Amino acid sequence: MTYDATFRVWRGDASGGDLQTYTVEVNEGEVVLDVVHRLQATQAGDLAVRWNCKAGKCGSCSAEINGRPRLMCMTRMSTFGEAETVTVTPLRTFPVIRDLVTDVSFNYEQAARIPAFAPQARDADGNHRMQQVDVERSQEFRKCIECWLCQDTCHVIRDHEGNKAAFSGPRFLIRLAELDMHPLDVTDRRDAAQDEFGLGYCNITKCCSEVCPEGIHLTDNGIIPLKERVVDRRFDPLTFLGSTIGRRPKD
Amino acid sequence: MTTTAPRGTGAVTQGGGDGAPAPRRATISARSLRTDRWWLLPLTTVVVLLSFVVYSTFRAFQNAHYFSEPYISPFYSPCITTGCEGDTFPEFFTGPSFISPAIYILVIPLGLRATCYYYRKAYYRSFWLSPPACAVGEPHRRYTGESRPPLLLQNLHRYALYGALVFNVILTYDAVLGFRDETGEWGHMGLGTLVLLANAALLWLYSLSCHSCRHIVGGRLNHFSRHPVRYRLWTQASRLNASHARFAWLSLFSVAIADAYVFLLATGTISDPRFF
Repeated sequence: MTYDATFRVWRGDASGGDLQTYTVEVNEGEVVLDVVHRLQATQAGDLAVRWNCKAGKCGSCSAEINGRPRLMCMTRMSTFGEAETVTVTPLRTFPVIRDLVTDVSFNYEQAARIPAFAPQARDADGNHRMQQVDVERSQEFRKCIECWLCQDTCHVIRDHEGNKAAFSGPRFLIRLAELDMHPLDVTDRRDAAQDEFGLGYCNITKCCSEVCPEGIHLTDNGIIPLKERVVDRRFDPLTFLGSTIGRRPKD
Repeated sequence: MTTTAPRGTGAVTQGGGDGAPAPRRATISARSLRTDRWWLLPLTTVVVLLSFVVYSTFRAFQNAHYFSEPYISPFYSPCITTGCEGDTFPEFFTGPSFISPAIYILVIPLGLRATCYYYRKAYYRSFWLSPPACAVGEPHRRYTGESRPPLLLQNLHRYALYGALVFNVILTYDAVLGFRDETGEWGHMGLGTLVLLANAALLWLYSLSCHSCRHIVGGRLNHFSRHPVRYRLWTQASRLNASHARFAWLSLFSVAIADAYVFLLATGTISDPRFF
């Protein structure tokens, strides 16, 4: 079933831009990225759009569709009515380069700041050993495809550009949680999470979990456990005392 | 060949942190382009939570109609002053008569819910609009979240949990006292007993599904394989935790319903249907 849909696409660059309206053909089974590609092929040859796998695994085609951060390749046209106007805009949180393409290097700068995985000494036979049950919590966060939708939707930096200096965003808080929970890692990242990566800025309103295309429970399984670990170290007088006098085992 | 800029040179965006659009972002003036009714959920939260706050404040200050043998309202339990109606808990002191016994114990349930990770989400979104819904701009010029006092105190949630667990024991005891009749004879049961039992059960589910509880029973460990019992506890807490929001609302309603039921009994508006 083919129909003509109305699309509004933000066109412009850092110096300015606006929403431009197009009428474009839509076929059964298509996703928003297909339609954007058709626009590019038939009406707007210079439309800039970043994409790669078209399978929801590379995290390239992040955009905002009808105001919601989404992957264009994973948003089916069948979720919209035929008469509905579909609005596609670039990620708001990051500087725009052109049209739907934004400069997401803030995220790579944050990634480079994370204290790297530091495994304990190897066993006598030269191996590292860990039980599946110990590492599977961390593995949930390894599903991250780094599409930056969580970073885009997080109001801490979306609505307050200045907070980027103090808050690294939900993706990197779960990276810290992943490493802190890892059975082999020996680095204590709790102070850094609070002081350098801005864990306290998160008010756990869970938008990151809502937009994650991989279904990672960023807040419940990553950020809140990390907050609790920071409480152990920084805010709970009993656990602080226990750790200080050596009565509280590290694990 | 395509060349890329060196890392760190691309995203130098200076913003004032005042909520205004930062330079180099796409110029979109609309606060949100969402087309769904995103305002419905925060609005519902405001209406329901405000209704509960108004009702519970009125009842806590009313200092009357909170006991109807053998039932006591959860707002007034444990009742620790000599001015208490009924005899469900040791009376520790005599307070000024104008202070309701509910006021002395309010800090525990209020503290638990105010610092609860779920309620924080609910009221930050609906009352503080920070943010009102995902990808909808918040109205504040400045935001520091829970990084400074007084919101830094949210980190004491686990202490409210410890207190609430003690209160759960007391409220369960109150429900067990409901197996008596008006004269204190054991072996009886009425609709009020069921109401208090359901309330106690929901309060336990709410407390045990708490994120802090999940952390304390096992979440802080990195080697579950060395602690099989705590791993089992953590697994159960995690299962409950998935429904924490549901238990938060259900237990809020059950507390209000249990109190309203005792109020209606105490004022003689209704009589308690006795099963046996």
